[in-house]
Amino acid sequence: MSNSKFILGVYEEEDILLLAIKNVRAAGVKIHEVYSPFPVHGIDDVLGYKRSKLSIAAFMFGLLGTSLALTLQVGMMGFDWPMIIGGKDFIPYPSFVPVIFELTVLLAAYGMCFTFFIISDLKPWAKPRIFDLRITDDKHVMAIDLDKNHLDVGKLDKLLKDSGASEVNQKNFDDV
Amino acid sequence: MTSESVIREPLVTGGKTVHDVTEDISRRVEEKPTRLWMIAMAISLGLLAVGAYTVFLLLWNGVGMWGLNKTVGWAWDITNFVWWVGIGHAGTLISAILLLFRQRWRMSINRAAEAMTIFAVICALQFPILHTGRPWLAIYWMFPLPNTFGSLWVNFNSPLLWDVFAISTYFLVSLIFWYIGLIPDFATIRDRAKNGISKRIYGALSFGWDGAAKTWSRYETVALVLAGLATPLVLSVHTIVSMDFATSVIPGWHTTIFPPYFVAGAIFSGFAMVLTLMIVTRKVYKLEDYITIQHLEMMNIVIIITGSIVGVAYLTELFIAWYSGVEAEQYAFLNRATGPYWWAYAAMMTCNVVSPQLFWFKKIRTNIAATFVLSIIVNIGMWFERFVIIVTSLHRDFLPSSWAMFYPTFVDVGVYVFTFGLFFTAFFLFAKFFPVINMAEVKSIIKISGEKTK
Repeated sequence: MSNSKFILGVYEEEDILLLAIKNVRAAGVKIHEVYSPFPVHGIDDVLGYKRSKLSIAAFMFGLLGTSLALTLQVGMMGFDWPMIIGGKDFIPYPSFVPVIFELTVLLAAYGMCFTFFIISDLKPWAKPRIFDLRITDDKHVMAIDLDKNHLDVGKLDKLLKDSGASEVNQKNFDDV
Repeated sequence: MTSESVIREPLVTGGKTVHDVTEDISRRVEEKPTRLWMIAMAISLGLLAVGAYTVFLLLWNGVGMWGLNKTVGWAWDITNFVWWVGIGHAGTLISAILLLFRQRWRMSINRAAEAMTIFAVICALQFPILHTGRPWLAIYWMFPLPNTFGSLWVNFNSPLLWDVFAISTYFLVSLIFWYIGLIPDFATIRDRAKNGISKRIYGALSFGWDGAAKTWSRYETVALVLAGLATPLVLSVHTIVSMDFATSVIPGWHTTIFPPYFVAGAIFSGFAMVLTLMIVTRKVYKLEDYITIQHLEMMNIVIIITGSIVGVAYLTELFIAWYSGVEAEQYAFLNRATGPYWWAYAAMMTCNVVSPQLFWFKKIRTNIAATFVLSIIVNIGMWFERFVIIVTSLHRDFLPSSWAMFYPTFVDVGVYVFTFGLFFTAFFLFAKFFPVINMAEVKSIIKISGEKTK
C-alpha cells in the first residue's frame, strides 16, 4: 500500500454528493471511499454497500450471554453448592430471569461494539489516513485511488468538477 | 429527500450552518477555562473534599456512624441510592427510546443527558459499596467470584443481587453508548487541534475515526441495535430496584405496582435533572440556538406525563391498601400520611403531584425561570418519595415496642454531600473537555430542521 496517490473531490452538500457518486460510478470509476462529517442518508445504496451484519453479531453475543448466565446460575446454585433458600428449588428458574436478561444485554452490547471497533480498525493507537482536515467539520470528500483506475488525472479532475465538486485536490500517502 | 411538516418549529435556530455547529461546540473545548467555571469547579471540589472526610470516618469507624437503628435499618443510604439511580434514567432513555421513535429533538440534549446518567449511576454506586462497610471485600459479596470459603456463591434468589447485575450492566452499556457517540466528535476536535498534546489526546480518544461512509454505515447499525438493547435495559433497571422492596414482606413495600411506578418516577426525576443542568449549560455556553424553548417544552411535557403517572400510582397505593382490608397495610398508609412523618408525605405529594401540573399552562412550560425552579422542586419531591417509602414503612414495624424514629447523623448528610461533589466535579469536567452537544448528529439535521432551510 506504499506510495498511494489519491484524487479527491470536495463536496459541500450531501444531495450533490449523492448525485456525484452515482455519476462517477456510472462513468466506470472505482471510488476508494467517501468521507463525511455526519452520516449521509442513502449513501450506502449509491456506493453499493451492503447492510452491515453487526446486528447478527449482537444476536450471537446475546445468545452467548444467555447461555453463560444460565450455566453460571444453574451450576452454582444447583450443583456446586446447593442451599435451601426460603424452601425454594435448588434451581429456581424464575429467579434467574433478571440476571439472564442483564448478561444477555451486556454481552450483546459489548460484543457488537468491540466487533465494530475491530472490523472498522478503531483503536486508541490507530493512525488514520486523513484525506482532508475539513472532513470532520463540514466537507464531504470522495477519494479515488489513481492506481486502481485507468483514467488519467486530467479526465478524473474534469469528471469530479462536472459532478459538482467545489474543488479537486491530490493527496499522496507514502506511509503504511 | 426528507420532507417535514411545515408547521414544525426548526430544531436549530439562528440560521446555523454545518460549520457553525463545529465552531460553536468545539470552541468551548478549545478555549481556556473561564473564571465562572473555575469557581464552580472549586465549589464542587470543596463539596467532594468535605464529603470524602465523612466517607473516611464512615469506613474507619463502620456503618454505625449512620443514624440507623434496629427498627429503621435502611434510610438515607438507600434513599440516596434510589434517587441517584432514578436520575440516571433520563440519559439513556433520551438517546435510546427517542432514537427508536425518531424524535429529532433528542439530538441537542442526548450527549449531556447521557453524561449525567453515567455520573448519576457512579454516585448511586457509592451507597451499595459503602454500606458494606468493607468495600475491599465487597466484590466477593456482590459478584459470583471463586473465593476461599469453599466456593460459597452469591444468592441468585435475592433481588439485591439482581440489582448488582442490573446497575452494573446499565452503567457499562450506557458508557459504551455514550462513548461511541463521542468518537466522531473527538475526531472533529482532533482535526482542529493546534497544539501537539491535545492533538494526541483527542487523537487517542477518537480511535482513529476518519468519517468513511462504510464506518458511518456500521456506526448507524451499532447505534440502532444499542438503542434496541438499551430500551428494555432502562426499563429493567428501576424495575429491579423496585423489587428490592416489592419482594419483601413489609406493608407499604410489597405492592405489585412498584415496577411501573418506579420506572415512571425515575424518568420523572431524570428529566428534571436534565432540565436543571441544561438550563444552566445553555445559558453559560450560549447554546440557545441548539437547546431551544421547544426542547425545554418537550421535556416539560414528559415531566407532566410521568408526574401524573406517579400521582396515579400514589393514589392507587392508597386505594389498594383500603380495598385489601389488611389492617397492617391500611395502617402503613395511614401512618405515612398522618403519622410523625406526615411532613415528608406532604412534601412528596406537593412537589411530585401538584406542582408539575403547572406545566399544563403553555406560559409556564415555556418559561425558563419557572422550568428551572420546578425542575429542582421535582427532584426534592422525588428524594422525599424514596424517603417516605423506605423510612415510614420501617419505623413502625410489627412490634409497637420497637417503634422508632430515624435521625440522620452528620455522616449521613456528609456522604450525600460527597456524591454531590462527585457528580458536579464530573459534570463540570465533562462540560469543559468534551463536546456538550453531539455535533455529528446535529449537523445531520441542519438541512431538514435548521432555520435557513425551513
